[in-house]
Amino acid sequence: MSTKSNVQRRKYSLTSQRVNQISPSGIRRFFDLLSSIEGVISLGVGEPDFATPWHIREAAIYSLEKGYTMYTSNLGMPELRQELSRYLQDNYNLEYNPDGELLITVGVSEGLDLTMRAILNPGDEVIMPDPCYVSYSPCVVLAGGTPIMVPTNEENDFEISPADIEARVTSKTKAILIGNPANPTGAVMLRDKLLPIAEIARRHKLLVISDEIYAKLVYGVEHACFATLPEMKESTILLGGFSKAYAMTGWRIGYAAAPTEVIASMTKIHQYTMMCASIMGQVAAIEALKSGDTSAAEMVEEYNRRRLVIVQGLNDIGLSCFEPRGAFYAFPSIKSTAMTSEEFAERLLIEEKVAVVPGSAFGQWGEGYVRCCYATSLADIEEALSRINRFVDKHQAT
Amino acid sequence: MIKDILKILENDARTTAKQISTMTGTPSAEVARLIKQAENDRTILKYKTIVNWEKVRDEQVWALIEVKVTPQRDVGFDSIAERIYRFPQARTVYLVSGTYDLLVLLVGKTMHEVADFVSQKLAPIEGVQGTVTHFMLKRYKEDGEILEGKEEVKRQPVIL
Repeated sequence: MSTKSNVQRRKYSLTSQRVNQISPSGIRRFFDLLSSIEGVISLGVGEPDFATPWHIREAAIYSLEKGYTMYTSNLGMPELRQELSRYLQDNYNLEYNPDGELLITVGVSEGLDLTMRAILNPGDEVIMPDPCYVSYSPCVVLAGGTPIMVPTNEENDFEISPADIEARVTSKTKAILIGNPANPTGAVMLRDKLLPIAEIARRHKLLVISDEIYAKLVYGVEHACFATLPEMKESTILLGGFSKAYAMTGWRIGYAAAPTEVIASMTKIHQYTMMCASIMGQVAAIEALKSGDTSAAEMVEEYNRRRLVIVQGLNDIGLSCFEPRGAFYAFPSIKSTAMTSEEFAERLLIEEKVAVVPGSAFGQWGEGYVRCCYATSLADIEEALSRINRFVDKHQAT
Repeated sequence: MIKDILKILENDARTTAKQISTMTGTPSAEVARLIKQAENDRTILKYKTIVNWEKVRDEQVWALIEVKVTPQRDVGFDSIAERIYRFPQARTVYLVSGTYDLLVLLVGKTMHEVADFVSQKLAPIEGVQGTVTHFMLKRYKEDGEILEGKEEVKRQPVIL
């Protein structure tokens, strides 16, 4: 009898409460709208417009011909881990043991999910900037943790302030999560700005999850890998990948570099849920690490030109845009139009056929901004700018 | 700085000084001055267009001629090369290493015209030991541009 009433009291749902508490991407409606319009110039993407450099594709094709079609080690192909270890050594002077401190993941996306599931206990808190990449907060929630947002703003170049982090540290805080360079803002935190964050992590014994997928896409500044900060290698989970710098988004290859204990836990989840990253992608990644630097450098040079054109263009239009020093996004303020960012994006799409992503998709502090990806041809950027100009003129007049 | 400007122009000669100024963070006037200077000192030789003539069914015949020559005292290959490159039909002339010395790209209206040029003008030049003519059958890639089946961007319009 009492069992029966218990059953009745529980609200019936086909899906788990945990998943139910995550809201789907707020711009779903926007996607649907987009697919129904022809002739759209999209600044709404998050990936290069270059196809993967031919030498990388060719290596993968060759491997298929040779029959590389099997599972790999759960950790990833030994050769890839060795190349990666060498890469981290050459670029950051960091020593990661390829057998135990590195894990090849299905993009940084999987790396992030594994990280959260591996380190969080129910109720543990993860401090992260707002706005930030869309999957940060859901990954924490799905792993049973609580995301704690730290507002960042244009006045501070969207850098996360150590004092704001400190103010949010509680007995439940487990980690700080930062993306550097950042999506959606393009902000880059330099070494001297990261040092105080490292100090907080040390003092409170927090892990730092550093998403450095855009590490190679920095302009005129030097990227600082978080694990290189004093004593930070022991408490950093470094997430990186091949998608952005080598134009390999569809291959889905990323990596995690972290202390043995963390990698072992992440590997447990990875082996039971993913087995391994695709072998084809791993072979391509080996080629990228071995000889992809020239093609990557050429792409960065091209992005830089586009970056300067779009930032200047947006500022000229009157959409104030701080100078992003990394990734391939500009994050202009649209506050002068008195529209919400979602309204701006939707009307811009309908009236001028330019797709941008509303800043609100990246957190409440992204409201008032839109994300414009400049990984598209210069001709398209210029056309998009002229359309945005017309749109802004029209709506400021009324 | 001039190298950055040249790279941009080599990729698209129509890029304006103002655009280059934005792309490189150099004042527009300075960009214009550097371009002028490069034009004057023949760093920039010419602005031209890569055309796929097949599209307009223009019947042009191209041939690649290997030319073996006897180098001459004091001037080496240069004087023979000059006698060849003075002809407007010779669009490109290179001195190369290997089994022959000069590589000449010839253009003509017909195969006959090209053959005549080789036999009557090129081969008889003093010092030319022999020629091998390769008529061009199909152009796949021109100056870095793939003529047909160029890859299109296959991205989803919005990805977060």
